Amino acid sequence: MSAQVRLSVNGSPVEVPAGASVAAAIAHVSMRFRRSVNDMPRAPLCGMGVCFECRVQVDGVAHVRACMTTVSEGMQVITDA
Amino acid sequence: MPDRYDVLVVGAGPAGLAAAHTAAAHGARVGLLDAQPRPGGQVWRHDVRRQAPRAARDAIEKLHGVDVLANHSVVSVESSALRVEAPQGSRSIAYGSLILATGARELLLPFPGWTLPGVTGAGGLQALTKQGWPVTGKRVVVAGSGPLLLAAADTLRKHGANVLGIFEQAPATTVRAFARQLRHWPARAVQAAGLRLRLAGVPYRFGSFVRRAHGEDAVQRVDIESPGGMQTLECDLLAVGYGLVPNTELAQMLGCAMDYLGPHPHVSVDRLLRTSVEGVYAAGEAGGIGGLAVARLEGAMAGHVATGHSVAAHALLPQRDRERRFGALLSRHFALDARLRSLADNDTLICRCEDVTLSELDGFTDARAAKLATRCGMGACQGRICGTALAELGRFPRNGARPPIFPARLATLAGLTTLPSDDAYRGS
Repeated sequence: MSAQVRLSVNGSPVEVPAGASVAAAIAHVSMRFRRSVNDMPRAPLCGMGVCFECRVQVDGVAHVRACMTTVSEGMQVITDA
Repeated sequence: MPDRYDVLVVGAGPAGLAAAHTAAAHGARVGLLDAQPRPGGQVWRHDVRRQAPRAARDAIEKLHGVDVLANHSVVSVESSALRVEAPQGSRSIAYGSLILATGARELLLPFPGWTLPGVTGAGGLQALTKQGWPVTGKRVVVAGSGPLLLAAADTLRKHGANVLGIFEQAPATTVRAFARQLRHWPARAVQAAGLRLRLAGVPYRFGSFVRRAHGEDAVQRVDIESPGGMQTLECDLLAVGYGLVPNTELAQMLGCAMDYLGPHPHVSVDRLLRTSVEGVYAAGEAGGIGGLAVARLEGAMAGHVATGHSVAAHALLPQRDRERRFGALLSRHFALDARLRSLADNDTLICRCEDVTLSELDGFTDARAAKLATRCGMGACQGRICGTALAELGRFPRNGARPPIFPARLATLAGLTTLPSDDAYRGS
């Protein structure tokens, strides 16, 4: 088993295996990743960086694709939903 | 990191890994770009809980003398160079030869409820799961088309999911005909038998497809149409994918000629994988969906040709041709049912980035006009999802690629040496 990484999603602490994606960490807390232009909740669709439905704020940087970003210790993730 | 490589490879999946390894073995200075944090591509995506297949580990460990440029997204095309964006900033990387191993993405077709959280691609959920997405104990419906559904279900089960069923749109007769053909491909037959054995107990239904997903804030149940009638299944996740579509955006921006065998283009290449642009090669799915074996062989071929070793590439042709025939067999037997093109109703969102419904697109016959009037295709995915779906639905083809290929930071755009003039991309 790989080591665990601790990070925060909307202020909630989450622990996932090292190498996991930010998308996976968020899914432990919420299935709402972003709001669409008409205010509907959205979550990852393609899982491979194409659809941009998983974009969130990571350590202050907006529009980061959660599915393509690997977690790191102490990371602060904020969803837009 | 150098600013120029003899051979620059875009995409670190099986094709790109083979290309980089082969070119480096001939003494070339090789750079291998990928937008993902780790090499492997989609089929060999890193699994946080399980060891990668031996072939994947070997391919990645063999990369001696290759600069692996992870987290590098190509933004635009310059003169014999690519503008790339990485977390540490943007830069231009020049090349002598360029090998496009850009792979494929899933074909995702719109249906009522497909925007609900919990609805993903089939390969999409497989990829998410490998990277730690929680599926343990979750009830998952897998649907769509092709053998990828079995592979996805297998991964999901290994990670503890409760796969309620696999719903294949192709009719039972053609899937059985496909299975009979497998006797000509012993390795594939063994692989398929292993999958079926591991998936024993999971219903595998043919001529069946998802009509609608229901839920409030996330998917809760799905309506499935089968030859026997409609059924509704309660579930936590729905993974639905209708096969693969080549990623051709970069090739199009480079000016490479495209081939159309259906609604989606692939890069046109000759027997030695040369595109219509000198010094640019395409290997694997970008040149037409062919699968893992084709990708590995063509990657090696492109690595040979790009370094002037055409004889070695020629030697791989018979094997490559044989594997390409398997790809053709797959696409023939898993051709999409026409009913899948009319799943979306008037209120179904087609463009998920800009929330544009199907009825708002009525009357438009080209992507540009639709975009100007409705914003369809103007969001962050740049029409990769809606444009591909609309082409499949027979509405209109996707517009050609224009820079930036992916959304980029302003600082990156400011660094472009040749600013894209809108006129050049307006098309005729």
